[in-house]
Amino acid sequence: MADTQHRPTGVLARGVRKQYPGPRGVEALAGIDAEIPPGRFVSILGPSGCGKSTLLRCIAGLEPISSGSLTIDGRPIDGAPEGVGIVFQRDSLLEWRSIRRNILLPIEFAKKPLEPARAKADHLLAMTGLTAFADSYPRELSGGMRQRAAICRALIDDPSLLLMDEPFGALDALTRDQMNVELQRIWLETRNTVVFVTHGIAEAVFLGDTVLVFSPRPGRIAATITIDLPRPRPLAIRETPAFTRIVGQIRQLFESMGLMGESGGAH
Amino acid sequence: MAAGQPEDRGASDGRRGAVVAGLVSTAVALLIWEGLGRLLGVRPILLPLPSQILVELGSEWSWYLGHAGYTLMTTLAGFFLSVVGGVLLGAMIVGSRFCERYLYPLIVAMNSVPKVAIAPLFVIWMGTGPEPKIAIAFLIAVFAVIVDTIHGLRSVPQDVLDVSRVLRGRPLDVFFKVKLPSALPSIVTGMKVAISLALVGAIVGEFVSSQRGLGYVIMSAQGMFDTPRVFAALVVLAAIGMLLYAALEWFERVAMPWRAPRDH
Repeated sequence: MADTQHRPTGVLARGVRKQYPGPRGVEALAGIDAEIPPGRFVSILGPSGCGKSTLLRCIAGLEPISSGSLTIDGRPIDGAPEGVGIVFQRDSLLEWRSIRRNILLPIEFAKKPLEPARAKADHLLAMTGLTAFADSYPRELSGGMRQRAAICRALIDDPSLLLMDEPFGALDALTRDQMNVELQRIWLETRNTVVFVTHGIAEAVFLGDTVLVFSPRPGRIAATITIDLPRPRPLAIRETPAFTRIVGQIRQLFESMGLMGESGGAH
Repeated sequence: MAAGQPEDRGASDGRRGAVVAGLVSTAVALLIWEGLGRLLGVRPILLPLPSQILVELGSEWSWYLGHAGYTLMTTLAGFFLSVVGGVLLGAMIVGSRFCERYLYPLIVAMNSVPKVAIAPLFVIWMGTGPEPKIAIAFLIAVFAVIVDTIHGLRSVPQDVLDVSRVLRGRPLDVFFKVKLPSALPSIVTGMKVAISLALVGAIVGEFVSSQRGLGYVIMSAQGMFDTPRVFAALVVLAAIGMLLYAALEWFERVAMPWRAPRDH
């Protein structure tokens, strides 16, 4: 796949503020400074409503920032940037399209030839174990399978930047573990830049090269933690001392910000 | 893709059961009507017996069929215009702030005028051919399609629209590949209402001025106190109405195969 791929993209945030308009406009982001280097898997971790999804939406060009600078490969973001794939918590598949045609939607939007993309779609379907469901409708699939299809759709056009907004938040714990392993495997193959928003500490640490820890609203980056665990990481790595030490460190950080265990390490 | 697949057995059994139940209750009602009518000796000019209506229909069935065909054609023409026009207007109202502000109130105002009351105007404007009937059928039916199109287009999930934006889909592509199919179930609901209203419109048009169609049959038979003929025309009308509705239910299943359960 590497031969057709875009160069991975880097994202740079300098003093990014986001205030929603209106008299009672909420301040979602209060000065974010962050660097997401090309080809890295960056987890954004924070409690619900801390503005981490807002940052992701700003990077996707879905929301304008209020002040500061937010750039992709040095260019300010104005509308949806090129070469971005996105996965939301809801799979947002089109119910009237087969799984295969859902996955090919980005190719149709980009007005690219469909024939070469079909082989890519088959490859992605095989990689995610969905080959048998290529011609099924989304409603015939389980939640985990649907979300895998949504990931395939996000990857079909070789995005240089993959944005994921709590993609496994609606799945049960077992499926979620399984999806974490699969996502890592896929990413080791594609090696694009990933921004992965989650409120699960273990998930953020398991997947990320770096974890950006957000404070409660208005969002600030409370800590940037580099995860030096070797890849591919097996699920069992979560029981190792190195892993639990990092998780404990982050939990302490949350506790010092006045957040108790409910946003904690269960995930 | 699944259009040619066999229906889910449970669903088609359920439909057949509903049809049988409807036939049984209709038959029972007709028997009671026939029995009471004979018992009380009701005069046919007031209320003909089902058997008399059947005889009337049977003796001149091709004549009824001709008029039914005419009414059916004007109904379908008005219906198709209302679907095309209604989806177009609905899309414009959702798609443009200007149309929402200035066009929608106009349409609502027009809709609050009773269409039956303006039917005679159409005869002045368009003569006594099929055109005024089609126009009235269209006018009565179109509002239902507009309202449900608007509802459907406004109900497209936000995350689906967000994905389309991140994928940089062009507005027309997003409309035809995402918004319109997403609104289709709602549009079909509007079409089901519109088909019945279009039939009403066609009959109203024929009441006002016509030499053909079931509306004309009813008016002329009423003028001659030929009550069995009025009832015969009503029976044909009811049959047309049910047929059109059934056709739309069929269309709904064929056009949206992803909604029907499917066997693996």
